[in-house]
Amino acid sequence: MRRFSWFNATSLTLGFAFLYLPMLILIIYSFNGGRNVAIWAGFSTKWYGELFRDQAFLDAAWVTLRVGLMSSTLATILGTMAAYVIVRGGRFKGRTVMSGMLYAPIVMPEVITGLSLLLLFIAIGLDRGLVTIVLAHTTFTMCFVSVVVSSRLVTFDQSLEEAALDLGCTPWDAFFSVTLPIIAPAVISGWLLAFTLSLDDLVLASFVSGPSSTTLPIKIFSAVRLGVSPKINALSTIMIAIVAFGVITASLINKRSVTKRLKDEQEAAAS
Amino acid sequence: MNYRRLFLIGVPYVWLLALFLVPFIIVLKISLSDIALAIPPYTPTLHLSDGWEGLKDFFSKLDFDNFLFLKSDPLYWKAYVSSLQIAILSTTITLLVGYPIAYGMARAPEEWRATLMMLVILPFWTSFLIRVYSWMGILGKEGFLNSALMWLGIVDEPLTILNTNTAVYIGIVYTYLPFMILPIYAALEKLDVSLLEAAEDLGCTRTTAFWLVTLPLSRPGIVAGCFLVFIPVIGEFVIPSLLGGSNTLMIGKILFEEFSSNRDWPVASAVAVLLLLIVVVPIVLFQRSQERQAEAQK
Repeated sequence: MRRFSWFNATSLTLGFAFLYLPMLILIIYSFNGGRNVAIWAGFSTKWYGELFRDQAFLDAAWVTLRVGLMSSTLATILGTMAAYVIVRGGRFKGRTVMSGMLYAPIVMPEVITGLSLLLLFIAIGLDRGLVTIVLAHTTFTMCFVSVVVSSRLVTFDQSLEEAALDLGCTPWDAFFSVTLPIIAPAVISGWLLAFTLSLDDLVLASFVSGPSSTTLPIKIFSAVRLGVSPKINALSTIMIAIVAFGVITASLINKRSVTKRLKDEQEAAAS
Repeated sequence: MNYRRLFLIGVPYVWLLALFLVPFIIVLKISLSDIALAIPPYTPTLHLSDGWEGLKDFFSKLDFDNFLFLKSDPLYWKAYVSSLQIAILSTTITLLVGYPIAYGMARAPEEWRATLMMLVILPFWTSFLIRVYSWMGILGKEGFLNSALMWLGIVDEPLTILNTNTAVYIGIVYTYLPFMILPIYAALEKLDVSLLEAAEDLGCTRTTAFWLVTLPLSRPGIVAGCFLVFIPVIGEFVIPSLLGGSNTLMIGKILFEEFSSNRDWPVASAVAVLLLLIVVVPIVLFQRSQERQAEAQK
């Protein structure tokens, strides 16, 4: 590669400062003792204490977590099925419609998806609550899962599956003992993506949630509409910490497995 | 067709049909109906059991009043134009900010690149809402930026940035920057360095080599990045409502307000249909360019 110039170094430094400074300021000021957000009034963890004493936030967090777990699991099952059918299903009637329906929610503005789901739930008389949020999130996130899983399915060697079938596996056995273990990393990252999208979603949830089922993003949004609040800074810091921990751990595990595989291959080649 | 195959195809198919396509048709329908029919309890007026007569009755009741209303009220018109303006300008700024970063990443030593990639992806996993919110504390009248500028003596009184369109631009560039960086980086990383060496051997300066070789070869990344920013920004709702002011008109925000405060569902549905018509054009163009790209690589 060519020389790494001063221009490159400057643009990288400024770029990453721009990406990370706002979050860094948010984290630092969540430990601010005073109520005024811009004036430093000594280190304190009092906003964290207040956050954990606020029942409304804890309830919202619990709702968000349950919705996230349920919808991402459902979305992973449905998305994997859809990906399998699209990549391996051969030709069938309505294949184009199906791949269109799998692609559209990804690019469709969320306000439209939210409004249309709300109108559906009203039309069929389904009360808005936890169930409707789970249905909305599953529909939205299964499309992302199917994108992730099908990109893995495309590259994977179909003859392995055929060999299993030749050796007497039933199609189910072949799927669970050959295909699934191979595509497992993609299925897991699909699940994580679905879970993160569900935890983060404000727009769909605002349309389809009822009064008894406020999610964390809805709660945060209504709190920050009125201005900056130190309690929300504390909550944001916790959420940023969880995500950073998850992403860094995942990439370390991934790196280790890649190095291990390379090492194994080298040893196999040497022997 | 065996049962296993039917089950595999049927379950996701029916799910998407029921929770994506049908709701969408309902929106189309409500956008064409009177407010009296569409407020809760909303009753669909199309009864398939009535057969042809029902269908004829249904179509005779459709009206385009909601769309005419959108046309007559300048608010909507202005909101469409300003959404497009904001989307175009912010995509351009994001490109100008993102390109040097992607370029720097592609030039960085090999062993840094994985870490740099992760640093770009990490914000993407962090809550969108929180990333937008983090700017509220920076841009406000008593915010971090104003305090810093006043302390440095650059300004005498705080600047009004929060609740203006400037804040919306900053918010968009900040939150969508990874979408711009990643495709451009992917294109630049694949670039064959010997082409640049050849250009310089043939008498190009480094700058002309950049304009004649690097930039044209990174075009697929630029195109993909611009679409990935432009398409979601048009319908954006969170950024204009948190960082924008009352005079920031964006169609996603209008739709949400029409639905939540005015409870005017037919008009909200009509706004949604028109928003979709606007977004469809860039989506189709993007699809086409991606397909062409895939074919070129074969």
